[in-house]
Amino acid sequence: MPSVDINIGPVHPALHEPEKFVFKVDGEVVVDVEPRLGYVHRGIEKAAGEKTFTQAVYLVERVCGICNVAHTLASVQAIERAFEVDVPARAKYLRTIIHELNRLHSHLLLLGVACELMGFDTLFMMLWRDREVVMDLMELATGNRVMSAYNVIGGVRRNISDHEVSTIRKALTSLSEGVKRYRKAFAEDPTIRARCVNVGRLSPFKGISLGAVGPTARGSGINVDVRVKEPYAAFDEIQCTPITYNEGDSWARFMVRIDELHESIRIIDEALNKMPRGPIRVPVAEVAPQTAESFSIVEAPRGELLHHIYVKKGEDRPLRYRIRTPTYANMPALCEMLKGGYIADIPVTLVSIDPCFSCTDRLTLIDIRSHKRKVVRLKSSI
Amino acid sequence: MSLLKLAKWARLKSPWILHVNTGACNSCDIEVLAALTPRFDVERFGAILKPSPRHADILIVTGALTRQAVERVKRVYEQTPDPKFVIAVGACALSGGVFQGCYGVLSGVDKVMPVDVYVPGCPPRPDAIIHGVIKLIEKVSKSG
Repeated sequence: MPSVDINIGPVHPALHEPEKFVFKVDGEVVVDVEPRLGYVHRGIEKAAGEKTFTQAVYLVERVCGICNVAHTLASVQAIERAFEVDVPARAKYLRTIIHELNRLHSHLLLLGVACELMGFDTLFMMLWRDREVVMDLMELATGNRVMSAYNVIGGVRRNISDHEVSTIRKALTSLSEGVKRYRKAFAEDPTIRARCVNVGRLSPFKGISLGAVGPTARGSGINVDVRVKEPYAAFDEIQCTPITYNEGDSWARFMVRIDELHESIRIIDEALNKMPRGPIRVPVAEVAPQTAESFSIVEAPRGELLHHIYVKKGEDRPLRYRIRTPTYANMPALCEMLKGGYIADIPVTLVSIDPCFSCTDRLTLIDIRSHKRKVVRLKSSI
Repeated sequence: MSLLKLAKWARLKSPWILHVNTGACNSCDIEVLAALTPRFDVERFGAILKPSPRHADILIVTGALTRQAVERVKRVYEQTPDPKFVIAVGACALSGGVFQGCYGVLSGVDKVMPVDVYVPGCPPRPDAIIHGVIKLIEKVSKSG
């Protein structure tokens, strides 16, 4: 029997972002997937080349509103490396703390959305209620709930006082209790297990060969974590254990994130303990002191994020700015997971990689239908 | 009570919302979603998020309106039954925000559809989004 095409998107309740997937189905089983990306393409890399270094940091922060701290961190680290600037030790710790707070909020958000797509609205509401604790801490430490604009070239923008340290500790202790409850729900609840276990399997071999990153890879037993392998900020002094599950299904990917919540809370606690006193920012020249190329990799909540930059001596703008985002790296693995699954399992599998298309679509207009990579002309695609 | 009056009464007591992302960076989207969750709980005003434009009274539009999304957003607007109202949320939906001048962006949803309420901010707090919804309800109730 010939397969039937099902269009999902670009505006679809299960997606939250404008993206389109064409599923070829045989009965209830998905045979093939053709993602059509590009609805959120804004042209950020081009725009970053037209802005000064300071402005570029604020622009790349808006590549993705969820993992904005990871983007600014990667960006300022790349620029600092090109400028050969050393950041004060306290700033490195503060960056780590905000980076991990951002991971907490991102993982809680994703787990909540996953529950919503499974039809488990109660747990969705509970997870989002507890996520507000993290948002309050972000507001306390950075001044804004979502767009923190915390990392600046040469350090960070705000200090954390001793009083704020105790507030953060108290809030995270109560959050930790909640996370324990959610872990139990995800690990044992029959509804969640029925929807997630053995859904969207990705073998370790496929994971490596398709270049999966972040929690998606760690859910298949692949031990990759930039924080451990290539320590940045204060991770060379803070112990960080990568969390892996060997099951390789959607359930394992959610469990990786839940255990990472505990790990992040522990990292923040350790960073607050070890944080030295001293300056939080050093002055940095407006223009590049030398011609250089540099890059910076950080572990964003969704996986490894790379910012690559070229600077020319005497210029106040980057020559070329290049960003590689985790969801883009996970797309081939996602297509592999969806094949052979049921139509009803599509939303859960999709959300299990924590897709962020606003990151992905910034890259280029590529049509990957029929596995041919061809550049779509902007006019013809409108 | 005439039918029209009844429809208006129902609409004011329970405006159904469709969230349309026109190429946002997700920060406005998560704040719109946060407005529906227990801390802010926009449902106490009768507003509820609906998945289909055919069920919606209010379109909450976020994002910088990319050239790719224009046709789809227009279609969503046309599919929404009259009378329909649009709330533009976030600096990008208002004017393009930080993406103003990018080649992939049209800058501002009011270029393709009439906007009733603008909620500025990058991103606006959930309180501000709820305030926007309330302002719209007030505006509609006064319009007669």
